[in-house]
Amino acid sequence: MNVQLNGKQVEIPEEVNSVEKLLAHYHLQSRIAVVEINKEIVMKEDYVHQKLSHGDAVEIIHFVGGG
Amino acid sequence: MKNRYARQELFLGEKSQSKIQNSSVIMIGAGALGSSSAEMLTRAGVGELTIVDRDYVEWSNLQRQQLYSEEDARNKLPKAVAAKNRLQQINSEITIHSLVSDVHGLNIQEMIKGHDVIVDATDNFETRLIANDAAVKHGIPFIMGSCVASYGTTFAVIPEKTPCLHCLLNHLPVDNMTCETVGVISPIVQIVAATQVTQVLKILSGEPVKPLLKSTDVWKDEKAEIDVTRLKNEHCPTCGNEQTFPYLQYKNQTKSEVLCGRDAVQIRPATTQTFVLNVFMERLKGMVTKPILNPFLLSCGFEDYRVVFFKDGRAIIHGTNDKMVARSIYNRFLQYYSE
Ligand SMILES: [Zn+2]
Repeated sequence: MNVQLNGKQVEIPEEVNSVEKLLAHYHLQSRIAVVEINKEIVMKEDYVHQKLSHGDAVEIIHFVGGG
Repeated sequence: MKNRYARQELFLGEKSQSKIQNSSVIMIGAGALGSSSAEMLTRAGVGELTIVDRDYVEWSNLQRQQLYSEEDARNKLPKAVAAKNRLQQINSEITIHSLVSDVHGLNIQEMIKGHDVIVDATDNFETRLIANDAAVKHGIPFIMGSCVASYGTTFAVIPEKTPCLHCLLNHLPVDNMTCETVGVISPIVQIVAATQVTQVLKILSGEPVKPLLKSTDVWKDEKAEIDVTRLKNEHCPTCGNEQTFPYLQYKNQTKSEVLCGRDAVQIRPATTQTFVLNVFMERLKGMVTKPILNPFLLSCGFEDYRVVFFKDGRAIIHGTNDKMVARSIYNRFLQYYSE
């Protein structure tokens, strides 16, 4: 399906249909991240249940240590 | 025109310019982000700038840490000192304080007192969370910034208004936050620092700052921002209903720590003592190789390692990522001081 990720149209496999799977797809599962779908923040405990749909606008910001 | 701030004043207005010149800002860290932010703030005419850093200048810093020169690296000058030297050349009208010190939960409150804004220029989450605790406790805005590779994030913690960094990271153990060893390019440093400094100028001018967590990847040409108001957590131990400021408590202080990507460990003694470095150097004679001594530190080869020893008793042991090894090297090294 197609979603808008951080402002860009991307194609992701159909089986990547939850926030948890999306983070794993981008190798961010072990990172501390804030995820927003259609302008609503998804809380960490909802990552497994929160479904992704075609056309969703997703923002993912992960934290890094350096400086 | 004689007024060095004329162009900035045209944009911000006379009132804001005068507020900036009467303000004081503290930078926690003087690495890549700190160099860049400190130079902008110095040129902008911030009245008082405090720079705290525990490290000294190395060759690998010169690619992006814009305040430092080859001479600083050759002399192993502490960054806080080298930064002040350079900044005072740029603007002699402002007051700059430099502190060669490791920031930890027991000394940070003393450092930040009296400052209007705290700029995050650290390279690790632990120090960020310590600064976040102190900022919230003292009601001082804290401008978080971090970067690695071509990617960086920023967020302005405004006590009592926005969520704090602890809310955003949400009870994840600090130990799980991995070392970054993938390098960094200087454009992302500049972008993150520029975003941070913009927020500092807004806050000092009395402008509102939005609760936006922002990220940029300058190489992939990607940007994101999220309004994180919803993440303000009433159970947050830093900014919630029952504040305990966990990172300011004694039991949570790290005494030794692996320095990311450096093959080095920092050891910080529990006691505070000032060491007389030239006496120490004298006693180490014959035991060490390639010694370098400056008023702030001594550096030398010791056994198979390189030890950089600061006069407050702190040391960076190069050549190992093993805390146990580093501690035993430190203890053997220190024996020569008391002999
Ligand atoms: Zn909080």
